[in-house]
Amino acid sequence: MKITIIGAGVAGLTAATEFSERGFDVTLVDRGPGPGPQSCSWYAGGMLAPWCEGESAEEPVVRYGAGAIEWWRKRVPGVRRSGSLVLACSRDAGELTRFARRTGEHVTLDGDGIAELEPDLAGRFSRALHFTKEAHLDPRQALESLVQTLVAKNCKLRFETGAEDVSDTGEGIVVDARGFAARDALPDLRGVKGEMLVVRCRDITLSRPVRLLHPRFPVYIVPRDDNTFMIGATQIESEDHSRITARGMVDLLNAAYALHPAFAEAEILETGTDVRPAFADNLPRIRWRGDRIYVNGLFRHGFLLAPACAQMVAEKLADPDFQPEFMDEDYSERASA
Amino acid sequence: MQLYDTEVSSRLLLGTALYPSPAILADAVKHSGTQIVTVSLRREAAGGNSGQAFWSMVQELGVRVLPNTAGCFSVKEAVTTAHMAREVFGTNWIKLEVIGDSETLCPDPFGLVEAAGILAADGFEVFPYCTEDLVTAGKLLDVGCRVLMPWGAPIGTGLGLNNTYGLRTLRAHFPETTLIVDAGIGLPSHAARAMELGFDAILLNTAVARAGDPAGMARAFALAVEAGRAAYLADPMEPRDMASPSTPVFGKAVLR
Repeated sequence: MKITIIGAGVAGLTAATEFSERGFDVTLVDRGPGPGPQSCSWYAGGMLAPWCEGESAEEPVVRYGAGAIEWWRKRVPGVRRSGSLVLACSRDAGELTRFARRTGEHVTLDGDGIAELEPDLAGRFSRALHFTKEAHLDPRQALESLVQTLVAKNCKLRFETGAEDVSDTGEGIVVDARGFAARDALPDLRGVKGEMLVVRCRDITLSRPVRLLHPRFPVYIVPRDDNTFMIGATQIESEDHSRITARGMVDLLNAAYALHPAFAEAEILETGTDVRPAFADNLPRIRWRGDRIYVNGLFRHGFLLAPACAQMVAEKLADPDFQPEFMDEDYSERASA
Repeated sequence: MQLYDTEVSSRLLLGTALYPSPAILADAVKHSGTQIVTVSLRREAAGGNSGQAFWSMVQELGVRVLPNTAGCFSVKEAVTTAHMAREVFGTNWIKLEVIGDSETLCPDPFGLVEAAGILAADGFEVFPYCTEDLVTAGKLLDVGCRVLMPWGAPIGTGLGLNNTYGLRTLRAHFPETTLIVDAGIGLPSHAARAMELGFDAILLNTAVARAGDPAGMARAFALAVEAGRAAYLADPMEPRDMASPSTPVFGKAVLR
């Protein structure tokens, strides 16, 4: 079966990978020259942290997110399974208690336990939660690696091609994974603004993502190669994606500084702003209309939920009776026939 | 309850920030029975009307919107935000916040009175977020406010009523003014306590939004506000130090 996928963000590339592994004839189309800032996955943290996310996300995020860790480990290099660390400043200790109560799969560490895992944080915090089964990856490397695999498997990748060049009247199925750009067809999609920074700090080494809880702006810091760190991410009910605000930057840097004052000397390499596509319950949707299947609304859980979404679509294509959990519209040719 | 020229029956007002998702917010609003929600405009408004998708969702809840000027630290910012809110939501109502201290989010009484005067003169119906300070309250009424929103405790702390003496005094000084306790409420018992003191309504956000089950907590607050109001109207007994048996001791049958 021929499948054309629009969008080389995490949803599109994951779908292309999954379909290609299942023997479909895959073409991927994207307006950019490759995976890049045209998709919001470019600005993702790359935390594979389903249990942490469970603090405020709906239950399917935890259930499907847990499976995502293996999905990525099997397909891209650089998935590091060293867990994640959740901390709070002493004045926000109540936040840590609440976080622990609402999540699972964590162990509580004291100051010595923290120092053992992250020596650079020794003496700075007296209590932390270690989510031992969680993992992280570099999203940009991971997306690029999926592209390389698709190229090696002779999938057709048509970059610098607009969605308007894909017509639904041809043979095969179109999987529309355009993210927020698909609002023309999905009016109940909204954008949730996120802001992030990439900094380089040679004085600090971290081995795993660290979340610093705060009643108003929780922030995470994810270590990447070459002493760089991604600091993210604000979450604002706005569809503005022009550039980072001073306040966003101040909140992010304050958190980094609270984690370790050496971040004050960090070089700011990059600032990023984009909007995450989301539906009202912040869970994804699969909608099949004619020859086109929309996969959208992955919110802040792109890397966690894209594999499950791709698998659901692939199974639905193989078995029309299958009812994917995230599918709320099924007007396929076959269903209506 | 009278809020300027609008009559509302629910005495619970809800904020719309910090919920896990808009769907959970909608559920909480439904279970709270509230008729008024507050919406912050400032951050969401960056770049024009870019928060429109969220605001549309809020407007679809079928409740009145009380826009607020959260995050404003100066008279100028607050007044500008209020004007923007009037345009976006088509309402003269404005919950006026002029913050004086970024740690405690304590209102700046001087800026608050000045901004309230400017806005009232401009046709706004101002709901000022203030402390329990009597003098500030009086000045806010002088410049045209007909509703006051004293804090129970600093925003987001959940500490309840930090100064019941001050709140009681405020109530006694301004018996005719609509007084809404805004901020600092953590538990339904805090809300009930404020209502028992004779406050007209409660505005809260964090206590519901950050609960494990926001809809369940919204319902708990609705019940508490109703209970507190009913208790106030029923004229509670005065507490006393010595026990006073409700059944007469004299004449009790001696069984042994």
